[in-house]
Amino acid sequence: MGGVAVAIGCTAHKRGNWDFLGDDEARTLGAICDQIVPADDFPSATQAGVLTYIDRQLVRHYRRHQDVYREGLVQAHAMSMKRFGQELAALSRQQQLEVVSAMEREESRFFEMVRRHTLEGYYGSPRHGGNRDGVSWRMLGLAEPPLLGRAQYDLRKGSGE
Amino acid sequence: MKRVNAVVVGAGAAGGIVAKELSTAGLSVVLLERGKWYTSNDCRKDDLRNQRTTVLGNAFGPEDEGNPRVWVDPKGELHTAWPSEGSYQNDAACVGGGTLSYGAQAWRYMPQDFRMRSTYGAPAGSSLEDWPISYDDLEPFYEKAEYEIGISGDYSGTPFHGPRRRPLPMPPLPPGREFEILEPAAKRLGLHPFHIPMARNSVPYNGRGPCMRCRWCVGFACEVDAKNGSQNTVIPIALNTGNCELRTECMVKEILTDDRGRARGVSYFDSKGHLQEQLSDLVVVSGCATETARLLLNSKSKLFPEGLGNRFDQVGRNLQGHHYTGAIGYFDFETYDDVGPGATIAISDYNHGTPGLCGGGMLANEFIRLPIHSVDRLPANTPRWGPGHKQAMRDWHRRTIVIMGPTQQIPTAEGRVTVDPTVRDKWRLPVVRISGNVHPDTFEIGAVQARRAEAWLKEAGAVSTTLMAGKPQVVSAGQHQAGTCRMGDDPKGSVVNRHCQIHDVDNVFVIDSSVHVTNGGFNPALTIMAVAYFASDALVRNWKGTGFRS
Repeated sequence: MGGVAVAIGCTAHKRGNWDFLGDDEARTLGAICDQIVPADDFPSATQAGVLTYIDRQLVRHYRRHQDVYREGLVQAHAMSMKRFGQELAALSRQQQLEVVSAMEREESRFFEMVRRHTLEGYYGSPRHGGNRDGVSWRMLGLAEPPLLGRAQYDLRKGSGE
Repeated sequence: MKRVNAVVVGAGAAGGIVAKELSTAGLSVVLLERGKWYTSNDCRKDDLRNQRTTVLGNAFGPEDEGNPRVWVDPKGELHTAWPSEGSYQNDAACVGGGTLSYGAQAWRYMPQDFRMRSTYGAPAGSSLEDWPISYDDLEPFYEKAEYEIGISGDYSGTPFHGPRRRPLPMPPLPPGREFEILEPAAKRLGLHPFHIPMARNSVPYNGRGPCMRCRWCVGFACEVDAKNGSQNTVIPIALNTGNCELRTECMVKEILTDDRGRARGVSYFDSKGHLQEQLSDLVVVSGCATETARLLLNSKSKLFPEGLGNRFDQVGRNLQGHHYTGAIGYFDFETYDDVGPGATIAISDYNHGTPGLCGGGMLANEFIRLPIHSVDRLPANTPRWGPGHKQAMRDWHRRTIVIMGPTQQIPTAEGRVTVDPTVRDKWRLPVVRISGNVHPDTFEIGAVQARRAEAWLKEAGAVSTTLMAGKPQVVSAGQHQAGTCRMGDDPKGSVVNRHCQIHDVDNVFVIDSSVHVTNGGFNPALTIMAVAYFASDALVRNWKGTGFRS
């Protein structure tokens, strides 16, 4: 298991497609995010850009959480290997759910952080890389782009005169 | 640097008004502000980074970097707090202060709110006290604030308010769907719902247009400049007199005093970090309850070894804000119309008169509902993640109404601001330390208020509800922070007199929420403004053209 941690640690510091995450870390984190917001008629967390959101913030406002992520992803990988002998992203949906549920119990600080950041990325503003094209807002029936300019005073509703 | 008549520290709700009143009366004024000047061009409508939802930081200051505070938990353990965290108790750091991005509720406190001790007696362990001034003293200045800042709304639905000579200058915005759902329900319960007074243009006013009713209001600068704060009303007037100079990104280090114990000006770090001195005939501190107390406590000298105005250890005490409680209601029909700006309907039937309990507060529908707010506001037993959570977001985001209100806090002497002996900010100044709590009776009345909110929601048709009535571990000051430089007639039990003049030093004034003896069961902005007009009026009358005479 120590070897696994070292392997992940090595790739983590190599600049791949991400600002902070290594490619292996991104695959594992993506699998967790997609358990938190899975695909149904609407996109999943990663399909909506949540990994981009988290990765960007980990070198910006969430710099202070870098260690929690690094360590938590090592643990997530280890838990997946221990239970099913494969990395999290390679497991079936049901197996992933089992591992992520175990993380919620055993790695609650890390899991809570990922849960919160995933929901922020999915339901927050598209400018930060998540909620791509406002997909979650459209899902909730909110006009996107928003309606503006409804200032006209409606005299039928009284109190206008 | 040229000596001026007055230095005003802080360009927020109060400081902007003081600068305007003094400069139009002919005094030369320097207005110092630690933050920047933002305008409607800085409106970003960022759901994750604004002044109310700060998961990615404060939009209007202060930034986290270099601005720590310390708070003390009930066990006495110390924690560092950063400005984007709730425990920091932030307001804002910018021209306009909180009024740039506030929700803009513009309430008058009730006559009883100025006589809390006389009305209820002081609960054991509390520092509940009466104000030395009354509602009637402030009434003309409430009116002046309503007309100069620009307030819309309609009090005609409720008998629960103090006497007023003139109606509000603007009508309310037309009702949204929540108003239409909640109004008949409140009336069925025998309550008196009405249109919340708002510092927001409903019609063109003061040369600016009306609200365009977007989703992004509280926490945001207004995209069309229809929200009225000091930054787009009184501060431009002050600058237009030619008598007032605004210097932004200037952090005041201390108030300077002479050998006789009078203030001679302030020293401050300018935007490049250089230490400057601005000499003046008088100093007005308008930095908001936490930062005002800090500046006085950091202004130590031989004559004032414990800080300015602190001879009797009163500066920083009685810190209070509001204890927010309420309920979430879930409906089997759509309640959400995505028409801003939010909170539209309120009742003030429960601000006073609950048998056996002290005070109360108004109740209103919640100000803003962004999708990010709903993720933790779903019905009980909703899965916290996974397909069930996603489905619940679709089921409930548009079928929820939140009613909550600012329960009046009962202050204690132990709920307080001190300066931390070791932690320094980026200017190497000792930072605010917050400790203690409000009186426990506050939580009792808060819980009653939550059940009243729940009853209103059920009458309106909620199929289920969730109560929101926590007990914060530390005094919850935040954007409604007040009380740290209490106004009073007795120099041993207060910091300033009824005209906001420090008892000890006749040319230093504290004019902001710090002087509030109690903080009403309402958002405090309009009262801060009315007190600023009231105190400025006295100050100008005492100014004889050649110098300040106390």
